[in-house]
Amino acid sequence: MSILVNAQSKIIVQGMTGKTGMFHTRECRDYGTNIVAGVTPGKGGIHVDGIPVFDTMEEAVRITGGNVSMIFVPPPGAADAILEACDAGVDLVVCITEGVPVRDMVMARQVVADSKTKLIGPNCPGLITPGECKIGIMPGYIHKPGKIGVVSRSGTLTYEAVKQLTDVGLGQSTCVGIGGDPIIGLKFIDVLKLFNDDPETEGVLMIGEIGGSAEEEAAAWVKENMTKPVAAFIAGVTAPPGKRMGHAGAIISGGKGRAEDKIAALTECGVTVSTSPTAMGQAMLKALGRES
Amino acid sequence: MPRGRVTVTADQVERAAKMMGGRCVVKAQIYAGGRGKAGGVQIAHHPEQAHEIAKELFGKRMVTHQTGPEGLKVRRILVEETVEVGREFYLSITLDRQSSRYCLIASAEGGVNIEEVAATTPEKIHTLTIDPYTGLRSYEARQIVLKLGLTGGIAEDCVQLILNLYRCCLEKDCSLVEINPLVVTKAGWLLALDAKINFDDNAIFRHWEYHEMQDYSQMDPLEISAGKFDLSYIKLDGNIGCMVNGAGLAMATLDVLKESGGDPANFLDVGGGATREKVAEAFKIILQDKDVEAVFVNIFGGIMRCDVIAQGIIEAASEVSCQLPIVVRMDGSQVEEGKALLTESPLNVQCADFLGEGAKLIVAMMKREEP
Repeated sequence: MSILVNAQSKIIVQGMTGKTGMFHTRECRDYGTNIVAGVTPGKGGIHVDGIPVFDTMEEAVRITGGNVSMIFVPPPGAADAILEACDAGVDLVVCITEGVPVRDMVMARQVVADSKTKLIGPNCPGLITPGECKIGIMPGYIHKPGKIGVVSRSGTLTYEAVKQLTDVGLGQSTCVGIGGDPIIGLKFIDVLKLFNDDPETEGVLMIGEIGGSAEEEAAAWVKENMTKPVAAFIAGVTAPPGKRMGHAGAIISGGKGRAEDKIAALTECGVTVSTSPTAMGQAMLKALGRES
Repeated sequence: MPRGRVTVTADQVERAAKMMGGRCVVKAQIYAGGRGKAGGVQIAHHPEQAHEIAKELFGKRMVTHQTGPEGLKVRRILVEETVEVGREFYLSITLDRQSSRYCLIASAEGGVNIEEVAATTPEKIHTLTIDPYTGLRSYEARQIVLKLGLTGGIAEDCVQLILNLYRCCLEKDCSLVEINPLVVTKAGWLLALDAKINFDDNAIFRHWEYHEMQDYSQMDPLEISAGKFDLSYIKLDGNIGCMVNGAGLAMATLDVLKESGGDPANFLDVGGGATREKVAEAFKIILQDKDVEAVFVNIFGGIMRCDVIAQGIIEAASEVSCQLPIVVRMDGSQVEEGKALLTESPLNVQCADFLGEGAKLIVAMMKREEP
C-alpha cells in the first residue's frame, strides 16, 4: 500500500514535449510509471515515443482516463496548467515547475482547495511509490519498497534522506516532496494524515527547513493525532537571519522560522529529531525503537 | 506622501534641504529596515546641519537588526519635508503562509517599534486574510480602519489607501507592501511617511522595470555575478567554500560542516539538476572569495552523470589554477568514472562517498595545510 499514487495511477504530462518535460517523462516511464498522455497546446495529434499528445487536459482525460497530472510547464503558464488539470477533474496534480509567481499560486491554490483535486508543489521533486510509480524528477534507484513514509520541503536533501533510509535497511511506502515555495498545495499535515491512515506505513520521516511555521503546526498535529512514530530533520541550523537560502520560502524573518524553534517544537511533541543531516536514517530507526 | 528628493551627494542634500524650507528629515536609503534606531533617519533644523548629517551618512556601513553584522553601505539619501505628527500607524499587506493568502496587517501603535508591539502586545495588531476570489472589499478595510480609531473623512481616506495598497500588491507582484509610519498630521492630513516594498522574485519576468530600479551597490558583488548564472549564492564568514545542488541539501551541508568543526564561507545552490556549465561558473565564483581556503562540493545528482560534473570542476579549477584542498562528494550515475577523473587530475582533490565523511575530510585536509 501507499498514499496518493500506485501502480494503477495513469499519468498525463503537461508540458511533456519540452526538453525537461521529455527527459523526465522518459525517466518516469523507464521506472515503470504508466504515462498515458502528454498535453501541449498546439501539438495535439502527434505521438512522442508512442505517447499521444493532446491540446487540452479535458481531451486527454476524456480519451485516456488519466487521473494524475505532472506539470513541467514554464513559470508564466504553470498556474494556468494547474487550473486546467483541476478543471479536467484529475485526482492529483504534481507541479514540478520552479519559479511560479506567488500571486498566481494564491489564486490557483484556492481553486484547488475548493475542488476534489489535490495539489503537490510547485517547486517540488514530485512523489514516488517505490517499485510502482514515480512522478517527478527524483532518481528512482535510491528508493526501495517498504513501510516508511517520507515528506519533505526539499528536493536533493530528500534524496539524501531516502538514501540513508535505504542504507539502514528501511524501505519507503511513498516519498512526497511538497516543495519549497511559500504557497504550496499539500502541506506537512495533509501528508502526515494520509500516512497515518495508510495501513502499510509504519513510520514517517519528515524533512523541514527554516522559514514559515509549517513544521511547528505539523508538530502540534502529530502530538494530537499521529499514531505512528515520526522522525524529523530541519535544515538550516547555521543559516544567517534575513537571507533567502535558495528556496523562496527558506528565510528567517523577524526572528521567526528559526531551525532551533522548529526542533524544540518537534521534540516537545514527541518527534525524534536528527540533529545531524548525516543521521536521518538512524533517527528513523530510533523512532521505530530499532536502534542498533 | 510628503515632498522629498533622492540625493547622492552631501551638496545635493543641502540644496534639497533649502527647497524643503530649511527644516527637513534626512533618510539613508538602504535595503533594510530598522534604520531609525541605527541613526539612519535624522531631523536637520537647517540646510547646513543636513549637509553635516549627510556627510557622515554617505559611504557609512549602516548596521541594523535586519542587515547582519557587516551592514549596508549608504549611497542614496532621501531628503523630506518635516511634518507635525499627530498619531502614528502601521499598515501592510503581506503573504500569510498559514492561510496561503494575502493578509492585511494594521496597528494603531506602530512607527519604529512595530516589531516590539507584535512581540509584547499582539492583540493591538489587527489582521485580515484576503479572499482571493472577492479581493479586499471596502467594508473589510473600513472595519480595520475603525479599529485603528480613525473616524470621518480621514477614515475614508484610509480605506481608499488600503484598497490602493492591495491593488499595488497584486499589480506589482509584491510579497510585502508596508507603510510605516502612516501618520495623521496635527493639521489633520493622512500621510505615508515611509514605505517598504518587497517584490516577488518569481514574477520578475512580468516586470522588466525592476531591473533598472535595482541598486546593485546594496548587494555583494559575488551575489550579483552568481545571479547572472542563475546560481543562488550567499556570502558567509567562514573559509570553506561550498557548492551543493539543491537549497535544502545546501543548508544541510553547511550544518554538517559546522558540526565537523569547519566554517562555511558561503551558501551556494547550483540548482537541483546541476549542469557542467553551472558547476564550472559556481566553482569560479567560490574561488573569487579571498576568504576561501578549501572547497567542499556535495552533488547528489541521481539522474545526472557524475563524470560530467567532475569534468566541470576540473576545467574550472584548472582555468584559475586552484591549488586549494578540495573534497568532492558525488552521488548519481557514473560515480566511479567521475571519481577516477578527479583523482587523476592535477588538483589537490579527494573524493568521499558519504556526506559526513566528506565534511570531516575537508576539515582534516585544511588542518594539514596549516603551517
